[in-house]
Amino acid sequence: MINMIRRAGLAVALPIALFAGWYVLSAGSENFYAPPLSKILTAFGDTWTADRLRADVAPSLLRLVAGYLLAALIGVGAGVAIGLSRRLRATTEPVLEFFRAIPPPVLVPVIMLFAGIGNGMKVTVIVFGCVWPILLNTVEGVRAVDGVVLDTARSYGVNGTARITHVVLPAAGPQIAAGLRQALSIAIILMVISEMFAASNGLGFTIVQFQRSFAIPEMWSGIILLGLLGFLLSLLFRLAERRVLRWYEGLRAAQRAG
Amino acid sequence: MLEVKGLRKVYKSGTREVEALRDLTFTVENGDLVCLVGPSGCGKTTLLRCVSGLLDPTAGDVRVDGKAVDGPPPGMAVVFQEYGRSLFPWMSVRANVELPLKQKKVAKARRAELVEQSLDAVGLTGSESAYPWQLSGGMQQRVAIARAIAYEPQTLLMDEPFAAVDAQTRADLEDLVRQLWKRLGVTILFVTHDIDESVYLGQRVVMLSSSPTVVQDELIIDLPDERDQLTTRADARFIELRTKVYEQIQAAKRNAGQ
Repeated sequence: MINMIRRAGLAVALPIALFAGWYVLSAGSENFYAPPLSKILTAFGDTWTADRLRADVAPSLLRLVAGYLLAALIGVGAGVAIGLSRRLRATTEPVLEFFRAIPPPVLVPVIMLFAGIGNGMKVTVIVFGCVWPILLNTVEGVRAVDGVVLDTARSYGVNGTARITHVVLPAAGPQIAAGLRQALSIAIILMVISEMFAASNGLGFTIVQFQRSFAIPEMWSGIILLGLLGFLLSLLFRLAERRVLRWYEGLRAAQRAG
Repeated sequence: MLEVKGLRKVYKSGTREVEALRDLTFTVENGDLVCLVGPSGCGKTTLLRCVSGLLDPTAGDVRVDGKAVDGPPPGMAVVFQEYGRSLFPWMSVRANVELPLKQKKVAKARRAELVEQSLDAVGLTGSESAYPWQLSGGMQQRVAIARAIAYEPQTLLMDEPFAAVDAQTRADLEDLVRQLWKRLGVTILFVTHDIDESVYLGQRVVMLSSSPTVVQDELIIDLPDERDQLTTRADARFIELRTKVYEQIQAAKRNAGQ
């Protein structure tokens, strides 16, 4: 219990120190573009009302979730298929490396041509950016499944879908989770960028609007909100990951002790 | 009956060919317990993978009750040496034992019964909900044995199952194998590099040469059916038999050196 309090204390100490530093150093700021933190915090409360959250944050989050889940589905699905088949791997690998090397933001204008400027475009951009780390990590994870594990499954007649769901996916789970974690931060970045290009609502759109109308404290408050959102999402991810991969933590701890 | 006839296995990598097995012929009658023993690196694992249908031989064939093996036969269970890798760490002990039964479409009630009986038979009642990595090495190998016998095989292949456990645990597990064999009437092919173990366990010992492997010799173990670690191992006949096996293995190594 004391340990947990100490760990929680260590985790929040630096953020508190940084915020305090910012608060003190910016207190008397006359710079129009870097207003005092006290002003930004006041703006935060005034700006991000329930209405605002519903009108701008909710659509952003929905697009983020839709794009991320779709990317996870495609990435894991295709990754398992490619990881299991040597031939498929040989044909797809160069193409995958090519697509992965394209920075997703440059595709926003291109995707706009096809998908317009609505939700479809934003979700497509998020999917396109997120799918690569998930796909490539899944391929690696599936390829690295222990031969003894596969032999065991085969000799006990664990074939077909059961082999995928009970053996291949869990065995590749830790690596798939690593890909999903990378993809989450990419998803947040692309959510904002796609809204900055063309949108009528959303977090990215709102922040750009504030900037263009010189509502500087409001703009800063939006950036803080984005940071908080990213932190919250990665916290949720870690909780889910710890639940699903509890066996992996235990296995590693047992291996270290043994 | 398990028949191995003219078995040959050559591994090819590029232009290099390695002949692991040259010409192996032996049979195991239904209900027999036969030990295969050979010098280390003599291709025992290759042989076992061919017999279990996990590996295609280059020439020769393996038959179970007259039927050629071309893939893991349904009535066969394998206990691998690497218990730590052969048990699925993401599943509880119960799920590990139950998964092959689910694949065999065994009814739920019968599955629960088989899981309970087999865990009971290996002395692991009460560990159903533990994960494999929470158990000691010896207990993990017991789980692997429970999984094999719950599968209700006619033939049980064991690939150096006790090579990685300590001597005392090994003695207990050897007695467990003898006891299960007598109770279940299953055919067992037991591969080991331990000469004493092969004599203590087997009704018959098949000695292998160094790689490229042939059958060096066969020996009937005419020890009393009731064996125990103290009296059997001190028996003059036991010592005589182990000396014979030992001489053959040494001769096999000398031949390989020439």
